[in-house]
Amino acid sequence: VLTLVLTGFVAAIGAVWAVPRLGRWAGIVTGLVPLSLFVALLWMTPAVLGGRNWIESTPWAPALGVSLDFRLDGLSLIFGLLITGVGALVMLYAGSYLRGHPHLNRFYAILLAFMAAMLGLVLSDNLIGLFVFWELTSVTSYLLVGFSNEKAEARAAALQALLITSAGGLALLAGLILVSQMAGTMSLTEVLSTPGLVDHPYYEVALVLLCLGAFTKSAQFPFHIWLPGAMAAPTPVSAYLHSATMVKAGVYLLARFSPAFGDTPMWTVLLTAVGGTTLVAAGVLALGQRDLKRLLAYSTVAALGTMVLLLGVGTPVAVRAAIVVLLSHAFYKGALFLVAGIIDHEAKTRDVTRLGGLRKRLPRTAAAAMVAGLSMAGLPPLMGFVAKELFYEATLYGSDLALLLTVVAVAGNAMTVGVAGIVVLKPLWGEAPAGLSHLHDPDGGMWIPPIVLASAGLLAELVPGFSSAALVRPASSAVLGFADEVKLSLWHGFTPMLGLSVVTVLAGIGLFALQRTWRRLGERLARFARVGPAAAYEGALKGLVWVAKTQTRWIQSGVLRRYVTLILLTLVGLTSWGLIVNWRPALGLGDLGELTRLEAVAIELVAVVMILAGAIATLRSRSRLAAVALLGLVGFGVALLFFLFSGIDLAITQFAVETLAVLLFVFVLYKLPRFASLSSRWQRLLDATLAVAVGAVMTVLVLAVTRAPKSGALGSWLADNAVSSGKGRNVVNVILVDFRALDTLGEITVLTVAALGVHALLKLRPGRLADGPEEGA
Amino acid sequence: MTSIILSTATRLLLPLMLLFSVFLLSRGHNEPGGGFVGGLVAAAAFTLYALAHGPERARRALGLDPAALVAAGLGLAVLSGAIGLFLGQPAMTAQWLDMPLPVVGKLGTPILFDTGVYLVVLGIALIIELSLMETS
Repeated sequence: VLTLVLTGFVAAIGAVWAVPRLGRWAGIVTGLVPLSLFVALLWMTPAVLGGRNWIESTPWAPALGVSLDFRLDGLSLIFGLLITGVGALVMLYAGSYLRGHPHLNRFYAILLAFMAAMLGLVLSDNLIGLFVFWELTSVTSYLLVGFSNEKAEARAAALQALLITSAGGLALLAGLILVSQMAGTMSLTEVLSTPGLVDHPYYEVALVLLCLGAFTKSAQFPFHIWLPGAMAAPTPVSAYLHSATMVKAGVYLLARFSPAFGDTPMWTVLLTAVGGTTLVAAGVLALGQRDLKRLLAYSTVAALGTMVLLLGVGTPVAVRAAIVVLLSHAFYKGALFLVAGIIDHEAKTRDVTRLGGLRKRLPRTAAAAMVAGLSMAGLPPLMGFVAKELFYEATLYGSDLALLLTVVAVAGNAMTVGVAGIVVLKPLWGEAPAGLSHLHDPDGGMWIPPIVLASAGLLAELVPGFSSAALVRPASSAVLGFADEVKLSLWHGFTPMLGLSVVTVLAGIGLFALQRTWRRLGERLARFARVGPAAAYEGALKGLVWVAKTQTRWIQSGVLRRYVTLILLTLVGLTSWGLIVNWRPALGLGDLGELTRLEAVAIELVAVVMILAGAIATLRSRSRLAAVALLGLVGFGVALLFFLFSGIDLAITQFAVETLAVLLFVFVLYKLPRFASLSSRWQRLLDATLAVAVGAVMTVLVLAVTRAPKSGALGSWLADNAVSSGKGRNVVNVILVDFRALDTLGEITVLTVAALGVHALLKLRPGRLADGPEEGA
Repeated sequence: MTSIILSTATRLLLPLMLLFSVFLLSRGHNEPGGGFVGGLVAAAAFTLYALAHGPERARRALGLDPAALVAAGLGLAVLSGAIGLFLGQPAMTAQWLDMPLPVVGKLGTPILFDTGVYLVVLGIALIIELSLMETS
C-alpha cells in the first residue's frame, strides 16, 4: 500500500522532466499512472470485500509514535478508487485542455503530487500521517488554484483557499492530538476501537476541532467561500480537486471518526445543522449565478452539505445514502465540470446567458452532459436517483427531526434540480447565439473522460448489484462499525420517498423556469456580500495585516537600546516568574570541594576583581576605544573563571570569541560618529535598574540551580555515556556534535541566517549600488 | 594601517594558525577543542591577515567566497545527520567506522558534523568581518 502512495510522488518528480518531452502524448502517459494505481486497487478489491484489511507500517519518527501506517478498508477503498479513477480521466483530459501550455510539466507534477497526497490521506492509519497528507492536499490545491499565477484574481483565490483550509488544518491537528491523548495511541485503528471516547471530558473540544477541520476542507457554511473562488483554477483541477476528491476529505474525516465519535446529541446537532444550512444556502446562492463553473461550485457545496447532514443523522440508511451521494456526485459533477471546460474551451465563455443550442455543435459533449445532468437532477435510471431516494429515506425515518430535515432535503434537492437545468439545458438547447455556430467537438482526450464519468453514473444502477455489492457495502460497514447489508435498487414501489422525488422534480422544473428571476435576485443578493462570510474573511485578513504592522512597528523599532531592553525585560520577567512559581527556599553553592582551597580562592578573587573593575571602568569610560578594551577585560576575566572551574572548552571558546569581538569593534569604530552621551539622567537610571535586575535574577537563578535536587543526574549520565556511546572523551564536544547535534545544527543555521542579514545590511544598502560595481563578493 | 612587522608576521602566522585550528578541530572529540573553536581560530587568522594586507588579499588568500564555506559546512552537517537515515536508523544517529585511522583517530559522522560546524563558523565570521572592513 505504501508503494501505491509513493508511486504518485515519484511520478510527480518524473513528470517535471518527462512531460515536455512527451508532447501531445503527455495526457495519456501521465494518465497511465493513476490508471495503474486504479487497477492495483481493483485487484485488491475482492480481498477487501472478503473482509480483509491491508495494514502496513513503516516507522518514521518512532520516538513520537509517528509512523507511516497504511490501512485499506472499505471506506479507504471507495475513496482510493475515486481518486485514481477520476485522476486518470482528468489527466487524460488535461493533456488536451492545456495542450501547449508552457508550464504543463509543473501542472502535471503538482496534480500527481496531489493525487499521491490524497491517496495517503485516505489510506493513512496514523493520526499524524493523516494530518501531514491532509496539509499536503491543501498545499497542492493552493498551487493548482494559483496555477495561472499571472492573474491577481487567481492568486487571491489561492491564498484564500489556503488560509481557510490550513486554519482548519491547524484545528484538525489540535483535534487529532487531543484524540491521541484521549485514546492513548496514534493509531487510527486503535483509536476507533477504543471504547468510551464519547464520555471522555475532552470529547466536546476534540469533536469541535475535528469538525472545524472537516468543515473548512469540505467547504461547509460559513467556510464555503473559498470554493467558488477556487474556480480560478484550470477546469481539470476544479473537476478533480474541487468536486470529486479533495473537498470530500472533510466528509472522509467525519465518516472515519463516526464509529468512535458519532451518535451523540452534539454530533447529530452539529453536523445536521451545519450540513443542512450549507445545503440550503448553497442552493440559493447557486441559482443566482451565471458562470457555469460557479454554478457547479455552489451545487458542489450543496452536495457536500448533504453528505455532512447524512453523516450527522448517522443511521445505517443515512450512512449508505451519504456514500451513494458521494459516488454519484463524483460521477456527475466530475463529468459536468469537464463539460463546462469543453464549453469554455470552445465557446470562450462560461456565461450561461450567452450560451445556447450547443447540442447540435457538440453532440458528444452534449450526450455526456445530458446523462450527468439527469443524474444530478436525480431522475431514474441514474445513480443520482438512488442517492436521492436514500436521502429521503434517511431523513424520514430514524430521526427526531424527520419533518424539518425532510423539508430541508426537498428544498435543497429541488434547487439542485433547478441548477442542473440551468447548467445543462440552458447551454445545450434553445437558440444558438450568434458567434457560436462554428463550434465542434474537441478531440477524444477531452470528450471521452466526461462520457466515461457520466456513464459510470448510468451503469452503476443498470448493472444490478454492481455498485452496491462492490463498493457501498464495505464502505458503509467501515463507517458503521458492523457488517452492513446494502441493497440498492431503482424501484421500491410506491413509497413516500417516490412521492417526495416527484415533488422535488416538479419544484425543480419550476425553479428552472424562473431562472431569469433568480439571476436578477442573485445580482441583488451580491450587494449584501458586505455582511456575508466573504466580508468577514476580508475583514479578518485586514485585521491580521494591521496587527502584524502595529506589533512590528512597536517591537522591531530599529532602535538598538529598545531591542536590548525588550530582550532583557523578557529574560527577567520569565525567569523570575519561573523562580517564583517553583520557589524552593534552598539557595546555596553546594559542595565546592577543591575550589575553596586558599590558592584557588586567591585566583578566583583576581578574576572577580578583574571583571568588576572592567565593568565599572567600561561604564565610566569617555572613549570608545578604551570601553572596548575594558569590555575585553571583562570577557577575559570570565574566561579565566571558566578555566578555574575546569570548563576548558568554554574558556578557549570565550578567548577566541573575545578576540574576534574586539577586532570587530575596532573595525566598527572607524565608522562611528564622535562619542557623545545622549541619554538623559532618567534614561540612565532606568537602564541601571534593568541591569541590576538582570544581575540579581541571574544570581538567584544560579544559586537555585546548583541546589536543585536533580542537577547532577544529567551531568553524570552524559559523562558516563560519552566514551561508550559517543566514542569521545571530551564530554562537551560529544554533547555538541552527537547527543545534541540537532541543537547545534539549529544554531549554525541561525548563525548562517544572521550572517546573511549582516552581509545584506552592509552590502546592499540603497545608494551603495550607485557607487559603482561591487567587487566579486 | 601598513606595518612591515605585522604584514611579515601574519604571512607566517596565517598557515600556523590555520594548522592550529585544524589541530583543535581534530582533537576536539577527545581533548579540549572542536569545530567551533577551530573555526574561530581560523577566522582570527584570516582577520589578522586582512588587517595587515587588506580584505582584498585576504579574500584571495582564502580562495573561496566565505558564503560558499557556510553553504558547504551546513550541507556537510546535514549530510552527516542524514547518513543514519540511509542505514535505516533515525536521522542523526551517529555512525562510526570500525577501523581507527592514524593521527585522526576514529572516524564517524560526528567528526563530519564537527567539520561542518568549523566551516560554518569560519565562513560566518569572515562574512561579517570582511563585509565590515570593506564598508569603510
